[in-house]
Amino acid sequence: MVEARGLTKRFGDFTAVDAVDFRIERGEAFGFLGPNGAGKTSTMRMVSCLSPVTAGELSVLGMDPRHEGPRIRGRLGLVPQEDTLDLELSVRDNLYLYGRYFDVAKAVLRPRVESLLEFAHLTDRGGDKVDDLSGGMKRRLTIARALVSEPELVILDEPTTGLDPQARHLLWDRLYRLKQDGVTLIITTHYMDEAEQLCDRLVVMDHGRIVAAGSPPSLISEWSSKEVVELRFASGRQEEMAGALGGFAERVEVLPDRVLLYVDDGDEVLLKVREAGIRPESALARRSSLEDVFLRLTGRSLVD
Amino acid sequence: MTGRGGERRGGWRARLPGSAAPARLEGRAAVLRVYGYMFHRYRRTWRGTITSSFLYPLMYLLAMGIGLGHLVNHHLAGASSPVGFSRLGGVGYVTFIAPGLLAATAMQMATNESTYPVMEGVKWARTYLAMLAAPIEARDVQRGQLLWIATRVAISGAVFLAIMAAFGDVLSPYAVLALVASTLTGMAFAAPVAAFAVTRENSTSFPIMYRLGIVPLFLFSGTFFPITNLPGWLQVIARVTPLYHGVELCRALVLGQMNAASLAVDTGYLACLVLFGVYFGGRTFAKRLAQ
Ligand SMILES: Nc1ncnc2c1ncn2[C@@H]1O[C@H](COP(=O)(O)OP(=O)(O)O)[C@@H](O)[C@H]1O
Ligand SMILES: [Mg+2]
Repeated sequence: MVEARGLTKRFGDFTAVDAVDFRIERGEAFGFLGPNGAGKTSTMRMVSCLSPVTAGELSVLGMDPRHEGPRIRGRLGLVPQEDTLDLELSVRDNLYLYGRYFDVAKAVLRPRVESLLEFAHLTDRGGDKVDDLSGGMKRRLTIARALVSEPELVILDEPTTGLDPQARHLLWDRLYRLKQDGVTLIITTHYMDEAEQLCDRLVVMDHGRIVAAGSPPSLISEWSSKEVVELRFASGRQEEMAGALGGFAERVEVLPDRVLLYVDDGDEVLLKVREAGIRPESALARRSSLEDVFLRLTGRSLVD
Repeated sequence: MTGRGGERRGGWRARLPGSAAPARLEGRAAVLRVYGYMFHRYRRTWRGTITSSFLYPLMYLLAMGIGLGHLVNHHLAGASSPVGFSRLGGVGYVTFIAPGLLAATAMQMATNESTYPVMEGVKWARTYLAMLAAPIEARDVQRGQLLWIATRVAISGAVFLAIMAAFGDVLSPYAVLALVASTLTGMAFAAPVAAFAVTRENSTSFPIMYRLGIVPLFLFSGTFFPITNLPGWLQVIARVTPLYHGVELCRALVLGQMNAASLAVDTGYLACLVLFGVYFGGRTFAKRLAQ
């Protein structure tokens, strides 16, 4: 559905997206995982034909954004990073008027708006001003709005950033449903749990480059061990303790507040550490995550 | 994780009516879709604008006509004035300034509507950005916005003309065309001003533009007195301002004192400004909205 080769975006001298390649298939949920400033939004804006491509090849729905921007946008649903809802108008009016931008016929639009209100769990808020909604409700409304033209491809730029856990889970649930209905999703996020939960495949982005690509399990098995032991020591002592822990793991990472040991069997290593008389303030064994993949690839944490 | 339950199968798409209708590109022109949005939004919020579109013209005419006009007419009729009413084209003071005010208020309203609402669209409420996610381009947004401003200016112009007629200040059937003239005057400001406004990061330059541009024009472009009363060098400046041509045009049509050459010059000058603003704004809107 979307194919990019050497896709590049420059703002003056600054290269925000540096020759990235990716290919997104119909029906999949494809993720762009990366920290703030990685170039995710810039990439999404090029794919949604809002921002001209500086260099490279891009094809969206088989068309060239340079020449067929409006035609492509007519078949896309966009959930921008920052909401562009009309706060002065009601929830229902926001859906209705957005549908009119796509020239959806009035008779089709009216019942469609009602089923989208239901989809977004906003039926009883339909008449309220958008200004009065919570952050999570606004985000759900933005997603419902993106669906008003029945797009084949929906682009979601950081759909849950800034939401509390409950609002995030409700939103994920809505996105699962879209996926089940066969809508192709592109999701950017800097939350590794979101990427793991929602994405069939993803690319990890950093400083405008794609540093790894694959499904969440394949990325983890390629770039990290099966399990991770996290040990927390008194502040300022992580570095010093890490030296003593080298023998217990294939790889040791030192973070400002903890030491990570990359191992096959976390519980076993935890036991061995205790037997060796090392007493961390807290310790836990867990499965490897995309966070560990990112740390391995870039030497930095995803969320700081 | 919730949401994988079987009862949800079928999903929103299966239950949506009219699913066969895709988003068409061949529908209404994108400009009209932008315009339709503004119209619809106005229907929800028009009450706040009654003062500027209806009460101000009425208040101007009352204050100038019954208050100042009386004084001026008295003075012109007196023996101390050798020129008298001929300086005002042979009409009373209110009748003289009413068409000038028609043009000047069109300018004011158009300038206002092409500054803050543009900033609203591009930055404060980001309504323009929502439009651009649809099959609508930056220049459609610009033109839809200008078309909407023209509508607002025309509606308030019609109200103004109706009030003038009620006061007996409309002397010619050509006054109907003054509605076109005043709207053209407004757009000669709105198009270039919107082109400029969209390049701004905030609204700080708008009051400056108003104080240094709009207010002096309002006072010195022949609205309240013939510019021949001005010193020679100021007359020259007045003659190149757009409002002077708007005032001349509206006055000629309302009073029925037309002259083909000046009609053509005034109209041509204002139309050039509109065309310049539309062309230039097409570029500034695209530059600002598609980064
Ligand atoms: N319009 C712009 N002009 C200049 N620099 C920009 C612009 N938009 C984004 N950038 C820069 O490009 C980089 C990538 O930004 P962005 O694509 O928003 O990243 P992300 O969405 O991953 O946080 C950032 O360093 C940002 O400051
Ligand atoms: Mg971003």
